[in-house]
Amino acid sequence: MYRIVEQERLTPEAVRLRIEAPRIARRRQAGQFVVIRVDEKGERIPLTIVGSDPEAGTITLVVQEVGTSTRKLGRLRAGEAILDLTGPLGRPTEVKKWGRVACLAGGIGTAEVLPVVEAVRAAGNTTLAIVGARTRELLILEDEMRAAADGLYITTDDGSYGRHGVVTDVLLDLINDGAVPDRVYAIGPVPMMKAVADLTRPYGIPTEISLNALMVDGTGMCGCCRVTVGGETKFTCVDGPDFDAHQVDFDELVQRQKIYLGQEKRSLEEYEKCAGGCRR
Amino acid sequence: MKTPRQKMAEQDPQERIANFDEVPYGYTPEQAQAEAARCLQCQKAPCRAGCPVEIDIPAFILAIREGDFAAAREKLLETNSLPAVCGRVCPQEDQCEKVCVLAKKGDPVAIGTLERFAADWKDGEEADPEAGSAPEKAKVAVIGAGPAGLTAAADLARMGYRVTIFEALHRPGGVLVYGIPEFRLPKAIVFEEVEKVKKMGVELELNQVVGATLSVEELFDSGFEAVFVGTGAGLPRFMGIPGENLNGVYSANEYLTRVNLMKAFRFPEYDTPVIRGEKVCVIGGGNVAMDSARTALRLGAEEVTIVYRRSRAEAPARVEEVHHAEQEGVIFKFLTLPLKYLDDGNGWIRGMECQGMELGEPDDSGRRRPVPVPGTEFTIDCDLAVVAIGNDPNPLLPRALPELELGWKGTIVADPETGAASVPGVFAGGDIATGAATVIEAMGAGKKAARGIDRYLSARKS
Repeated sequence: MYRIVEQERLTPEAVRLRIEAPRIARRRQAGQFVVIRVDEKGERIPLTIVGSDPEAGTITLVVQEVGTSTRKLGRLRAGEAILDLTGPLGRPTEVKKWGRVACLAGGIGTAEVLPVVEAVRAAGNTTLAIVGARTRELLILEDEMRAAADGLYITTDDGSYGRHGVVTDVLLDLINDGAVPDRVYAIGPVPMMKAVADLTRPYGIPTEISLNALMVDGTGMCGCCRVTVGGETKFTCVDGPDFDAHQVDFDELVQRQKIYLGQEKRSLEEYEKCAGGCRR
Repeated sequence: MKTPRQKMAEQDPQERIANFDEVPYGYTPEQAQAEAARCLQCQKAPCRAGCPVEIDIPAFILAIREGDFAAAREKLLETNSLPAVCGRVCPQEDQCEKVCVLAKKGDPVAIGTLERFAADWKDGEEADPEAGSAPEKAKVAVIGAGPAGLTAAADLARMGYRVTIFEALHRPGGVLVYGIPEFRLPKAIVFEEVEKVKKMGVELELNQVVGATLSVEELFDSGFEAVFVGTGAGLPRFMGIPGENLNGVYSANEYLTRVNLMKAFRFPEYDTPVIRGEKVCVIGGGNVAMDSARTALRLGAEEVTIVYRRSRAEAPARVEEVHHAEQEGVIFKFLTLPLKYLDDGNGWIRGMECQGMELGEPDDSGRRRPVPVPGTEFTIDCDLAVVAIGNDPNPLLPRALPELELGWKGTIVADPETGAASVPGVFAGGDIATGAATVIEAMGAGKKAARGIDRYLSARKS
């Protein structure tokens, strides 16, 4: 059992959890993830590690409550526990001194990009964070991001906060202003990452993205998370999760995210019917 | 008149394809005694040499004949820590039963079924497995709680070593829980056997991916004096043909893991979903292909076809498994090679384009090589395809320990007699060392490695 030390609600649909996992806290690096199983009947889902405190032996996860597993997680309180948690999995994000690095994130990706911003800046890069949200109340971790990056740009789809628009608008302005980043990193919904890839491709800016594929074991055993990169099949869990954005087959990725849409909906309906109370 | 070989009663094929319960029921005590009486109790019992885990076969069979089923069970447990598993999934026809003296003139003694009977025998007087009295010898780490790791751990504990198993998944058992279906090996039986190993003093830490959660160096630093790697062949192969990443194309590992380990057959009670195809194609001719096909039937498929590029004679699956699949209505298309998966226009599979094959000259495996027959292309409709063409060794641990010498396809090079790998104190056995093989061969390797580790640590001490 992996005890939750602290739970904090960030938005109506996202919570931050600090969880006891000393071995993972000690070893995890930016870009890595854990696979969790909330309870006995739960599925295994991957979640990016947002941060860790090796002294306290805890890791931090930010969870967007979109399906059955993430809603179960969202209901857990400090003192309660997650049944199974394993990691850190995946290859760490490549971090070098490149010069100017722009890190883009959309939605819950803002939490996932935070450790990358920290690591990239610690390596001596001028690090810009460009984060987008649908609307102001869904924007997360603004203070943490402001502290971690050399510069922070915020966009909202509805203009309720920061710049009215999307993260690629900011990146395009930077490029047009002659402040072309030496490297771009992006985490977010697939359409957003695809837009980033399409924007940077003509300028030849090396661009890495972190894929959030469906997984079961997370250790290379099942191949559920396969993705085509540069014409070759890769397993996101052991070959990624970071890949060259200009090589990823986004259409296939979008397609594969839809495999269980019907079942996910049904599972959530069943779960919500008894609000988590009757499915013991 | 001679007693014929006793047959286990089985669930009726029409009934059993609607459930996940075990297919054979096992012997009744009367049947077991009748079958045990067929054993000639040979002095130079060749069956013993045919057993990778060195069971004293005549002795346990004699105990059954005499009606002392508990003694038979204890006899098995002396050398085999997982007898209820072996009694179900060992290919006895290629091992102990193959060399049984009775096999020369007819049916060999049903050693496997007798093992299953004795291992399952419960009389409320099961002795606690002998823990190596007070374990006081060195600490040994075992990586992977599959057949090789569990066997090595149990044997080392019996010798008095303090053993901790580190398992990556949330359940122990390895392929016994994620791969082999409930109807062939009930998970409750696997967990009972694991409990026995734990009672011998073996510690079990789940959710620990060695190479990720902790390193081999850390294990040595924290006082473990030897490490056994039994991480198995967990990397699924694909054919590399067009359309392989369409929705509705699974590796057998994924399909079986969803159903067996994650219990997707009980979705939505359990949260993990699985695609339930109506027309399912399974590619491959091994036991995993049979397991996948029979699983698809139980998940409600109307039609399940096994597509295999060689003929029936070359199929590596056990005869019994092919027979069970046929009984249940699985269709076999031998000498058939998939060329590509067809897209329904929405990113889902709608069928497979295949080609007819014929057998040519023998290849490296000694089997006749399948060669394409031009002009025989045809299409099979399906809405789910399961690729069961084998697995390669899992690369996670070798990747994290680069000084380890690797062999073909990333296997860990290990001495077949002692399990010793190229790094001092590191031993390996089972599929990670040999490439994908059988449960019992992995157990045999675990047994040999336990002895190798004992010799290594004894020599170091003196």
